[in-house]
Amino acid sequence: MTTLTLRSAPKRAWWRSRVVRRFLSHRLAVLGLVMITLLSLACTLGPYLLPYDSLQIDLRARFAPPLTGNHYLGADPLGRDLAARLLMAGRISLLVGFFSMLLATLVGTLVGVIAGYIGGWTNTILMRTVDGFLSFPTIFLLLALAAALKPSPIMITVIIALTSWMTVARIVATEVATLKEREFVLAGRMLGLSRFHIMFREILPNAMGPIIVAATLTVARAILLEAYISFLGFGIQPPLPSWGNMLNGAQQYLDSAPWLAIIPGVAIAIAVTSFNFIGDGMRDALDVRGEHD
Amino acid sequence: MAVASTGTVGGPRQTALSVRGLTISLPKGMERAHAVEDISFDLMRGQILCVIGESGSGKSVTANAIMGLLPKAIRVSSGAIELDGTKIVGLPADKLRDLCGRVVSMIFQDPLSALNPLMTVGAQIDEAMAAHDFGTPVSRRERVLELLTEVGLPDPKLMYHQYPFRLSGGQRQRVMIAIALALEPMILIADEPTTALDVTTQAQILKLIRDIQRRKGMSVMFITHDFGVVAQIADSVVVMEKGRVVEQGSAAKVLKSPDHPYTRRLIAAVPHLRSEDRRRLPGTDSTPLLKVDSLTKTYRIGSALLRSLRVVPAVQDVSLQLAPGRTLGVVGESGSGKSTLGRLLIKLLEADGGRILFDGTDVAPLDERRFRSLRPKIQMIFQDPFASLNPRMTVGSILTVGPIAHGMSQTLARDEAYAFLTLVGLDPGAFERYPHEFSGGQRQRIGIARALMFKPKLLIADEAVSALDVSIQAQILELLDRIQRETGVAMIFITHDLRVASQICDEIAVMQKGRIVEQGPPSQIFSNPRAAYTRELVAAIPGGQSEPRPATAVESR
Repeated sequence: MTTLTLRSAPKRAWWRSRVVRRFLSHRLAVLGLVMITLLSLACTLGPYLLPYDSLQIDLRARFAPPLTGNHYLGADPLGRDLAARLLMAGRISLLVGFFSMLLATLVGTLVGVIAGYIGGWTNTILMRTVDGFLSFPTIFLLLALAAALKPSPIMITVIIALTSWMTVARIVATEVATLKEREFVLAGRMLGLSRFHIMFREILPNAMGPIIVAATLTVARAILLEAYISFLGFGIQPPLPSWGNMLNGAQQYLDSAPWLAIIPGVAIAIAVTSFNFIGDGMRDALDVRGEHD
Repeated sequence: MAVASTGTVGGPRQTALSVRGLTISLPKGMERAHAVEDISFDLMRGQILCVIGESGSGKSVTANAIMGLLPKAIRVSSGAIELDGTKIVGLPADKLRDLCGRVVSMIFQDPLSALNPLMTVGAQIDEAMAAHDFGTPVSRRERVLELLTEVGLPDPKLMYHQYPFRLSGGQRQRVMIAIALALEPMILIADEPTTALDVTTQAQILKLIRDIQRRKGMSVMFITHDFGVVAQIADSVVVMEKGRVVEQGSAAKVLKSPDHPYTRRLIAAVPHLRSEDRRRLPGTDSTPLLKVDSLTKTYRIGSALLRSLRVVPAVQDVSLQLAPGRTLGVVGESGSGKSTLGRLLIKLLEADGGRILFDGTDVAPLDERRFRSLRPKIQMIFQDPFASLNPRMTVGSILTVGPIAHGMSQTLARDEAYAFLTLVGLDPGAFERYPHEFSGGQRQRIGIARALMFKPKLLIADEAVSALDVSIQAQILELLDRIQRETGVAMIFITHDLRVASQICDEIAVMQKGRIVEQGPPSQIFSNPRAAYTRELVAAIPGGQSEPRPATAVESR
């Protein structure tokens, strides 16, 4: 018997793949991606290029409005350069957001995969735990925890992750419960693969789409939560800057120096909307139903 | 070209439906530019025209074009469709809607998704008439009862108030036929109406369509992929391949002396009932490899607490034996427990009682951990070549993941995988590719290669060819036969298709409602069936046993 010739399907470079093409056709998502990239670059490299350090006090420049001398965004009530502080704060806020997402996604995925695959009592116990966590008012829980514990950036990250993993867990659990009925999972059992292997090597890659989308949206949420608790004074503590505590410091000068509040506010808004746009774009691009073309 | 007619109805012959030079284009970027290209055929009054072809031949697209049901992205680019003298290409939607149901109506493959789950059967038939302002509510009600009787549904008065989910597949298809007949259309288009049905139900529905067609002198365009069905009901046949009509003519002529090589290939590929037994492989011993003793499995659905517990006996007291190098066919209709039996044997399900002696060890009571070392010896080929391969893994890792998990080295596993890819007739280059790059038949070959990677002693094929086109089906059966000859593996072949079973099995077990009602060599099952149920199954085979094998058919072994 002769070998069959394969249908010609030339390997496409990843940047021309369907997912990427669909993502790129989503304009707002591309805008979001560009904004986040610029923001991250500015926060990483920016502080080295500015003439002032974020902690350096220039008494003559107190309350300087934007575009005064070398203070491009002005200076705060202590005479510290606002641009430098904004970018340093961005580092903290974005890192807290990113690592909260990472932690929340890891925990959520783990719980979701186990609950979804094993099912039965395990599923009941884990999912009721998720319900329990969801039934706490998030902000109250955050504030209580932040007040009780020493609010270092790492602690804030953990606390935010603790209130965000449930969504991921729910999404993953339902996804895995559907996937485990597919024949390739039966085939895995037939081959004698371990449960662990089937859950994390066979099923999980097929559930990556929804997880990525959920993760992107979690970043946006985490940034917002961090800003929220820092604004209330329970989050990142000065002199370490974060977008939230910059707002906190600015509220008493809203009349005299509104830019002190507007500038970090805009930064938060840009970061959060950008992540949300990226999430939307990902959702469209990774729509699992359009898998075969 | 007009179809030579062997009409059953007297009087002047007229065309009910005529398709001329029809070309339907597909959106850019599809596999080909046209769904159908320059096709012409006629459907005579009072005749049954079968349109036959494999998946992707454009037969359903043609039917949808006639009904005006094409999706927006696909459009008729040239040609004419004439329904009872009215040209319908380019007709405004409201005019077309008026024709649909009154002049032409359609029944679909899947009656469950074509029926509205929230409406009673009676209301749905009534709706078809009400939409065309036919009769009064009272007269319509009478007509519905009449139709329900006509399509042979029991107790029409009760049936009127039933919801579709309460009916069996065959009954649903009868309801669909009743809806299609409601306005006494001149033309009935049936798109694979029996493909989703069991063989005995299929036989009943075919008979019903034939009877109604004769009684009403209707014209029927019947779309199918099964030459057995064609042999049973067609007056004339149109054979389609990749969007073109390759042959048409009277059923007798196309079936007996096909002209086009594709038609000949298709007819040759139809699994024919072989009632002679398979030659025993030389050099195999007959001590059984597998001995199953009163195996039992019961499903419990719902909960006893809520008093909603339903006990479904899926497999009851099943005993069988299988020697190396032999194939046991397990045939039965849906719900007969044949797939459950397969999964019990490979321990994807746990049995409730009975023994499974494999190579002398009773594996039934073993837990997963202790059974693991035996797993490589029993492997399975799954039904759905699309769902059974992990879409996120390359063919290479699909093949090697199992052996590596059982301690084979990466390089050895890789070499084995190359060897088995070649054995199942695939290019070793497939190793690096993903499943979605392959066709259904090729994927099934990958599934077979995966099952062979461990050099198993027992192979369980669960409906391994039923999702495939007939020509591919024949190739896969041939491959399985060759593998068995080369490796001496024992095989359990689960199928609903007796013709397929007759091709490959040494022995056949017929299952009904979880029990084996008859077991024996094909010669007994097909020529001299003992159980009443087996007789019923054999009689229901489309095309019948009497159909002679065409001279051009290639003997596949």
